[in-house]
Amino acid sequence: MVAKRIIPCLDVKEGRTVKGVNFVDLRDVGDAVELGQHYARAGADELVYLDISATREGRNTFTRLVERIADGINIPFTVGGGISSLDDAARLLDAGADKISINSAAIASPSLIDSIAARYGSQFVVVAIDAKCMEDGVWRATTHGGSRPTDKELFSWAHEAQERGAGEILFTSMNHDGTRAGYPCDTFARLSEEITIPIIASGGAGSVKDIADVLTLGRADAALAASIFHFGEITVQELKQELKQMNIDVRL
Amino acid sequence: MIAIVDYKMGNLRSVENALRRLGADFTVTADADVIRRADKVLLPGVGNAAEAMENLRAAGLVEVIRSLRQPVLGICVGMQVMCRHSEEGDVDCLGIFDARVKRFLPLPEVKVPHMGWNKIGNLETKLFKDLEGGSYVYFVHSYYPELCPDTIATATHGVMFSAALKYENFYGTQFHPEKSGDVGERIIANFLQL
Repeated sequence: MVAKRIIPCLDVKEGRTVKGVNFVDLRDVGDAVELGQHYARAGADELVYLDISATREGRNTFTRLVERIADGINIPFTVGGGISSLDDAARLLDAGADKISINSAAIASPSLIDSIAARYGSQFVVVAIDAKCMEDGVWRATTHGGSRPTDKELFSWAHEAQERGAGEILFTSMNHDGTRAGYPCDTFARLSEEITIPIIASGGAGSVKDIADVLTLGRADAALAASIFHFGEITVQELKQELKQMNIDVRL
Repeated sequence: MIAIVDYKMGNLRSVENALRRLGADFTVTADADVIRRADKVLLPGVGNAAEAMENLRAAGLVEVIRSLRQPVLGICVGMQVMCRHSEEGDVDCLGIFDARVKRFLPLPEVKVPHMGWNKIGNLETKLFKDLEGGSYVYFVHSYYPELCPDTIATATHGVMFSAALKYENFYGTQFHPEKSGDVGERIIANFLQL
């Protein structure tokens, strides 16, 4: 059986990783390659690098950084942030990214999924959905950090993304993101019934139990986390060992 | 010199990077003479099997690949095109390995694509020297080669399938050794030592 994946997410701004503590074995925690290698050694199954640069210069720096990451890391990695065209995707593929994650650009122009998947394959395309449970109980995809609901309903949008060629769905509940109160496992479980491609759970993990729950009750295939790793509360290795003790199939 | 065959099937960079990390001397080429003269040949590939066959034909490499006598390693679609036939595009392939390539059927606990780390078992040949059954490697694929007499490693995703194949000097892995951490590096190093 394919193991459940644990995926640290690294935010990159102007070519430097942000939000990290000083791990003892790292000289420069702001160096994306070094931090990525640290996580790979600790047993991370994949990495996600999210470019949060606001400037064109920052974007160009990121592309060069992706080349260095591809050179220095021997596990798969996804890049996301600001990808809005086939050209952006091509540039990052050429730089060595294994997958790209697209979010608001896919909502604005769903056919972008088709064109990237047709050119580079479904395995290259992760569609990220930031969804929010509205007052009427409907989960809607949002943009701009959850502040703008769109006309896309979570389950039908995830299904559409799959039909258009997405290889994975990265679902973040904007009701839970940053709360550290756990994931909406019922919603994850329903999403898992509606689509056949793998689901990565993101946003809301505050404990090992939260992650265990979303991988079992929520039937997610992978869990992505940032702060619990960056702030050194638990290492990837410790997390995976605890999950293993809970009879969750992970790669150790 | 190791030849990485460039037949326009996805990015070769991760394979190049893996060889570079191992200090291997390699060239990326579609030149038949360079490929024939190479000590070892790598046939990577990401994407669609029918398109991969079409590209090999267009590059004039079908007979070149079939006639190689040095160790050859196909990776992912590069391995699938070395099989007999693929359901992806219903295409006849090179026919080196005696396997057909079939599509995974999605089930509640069987997501398609098969993506992530899975265990390989029943390991045979020097390709897996120093590795134990149960080692994890990284897979990304929706089609798989069935079990056959050429199978030298198995994995299970709903069904048990060939994770690796060997026929004479030809090897193939369905998983991506270049993305499989230290285990993958060991496999590539083993191939380089064949």
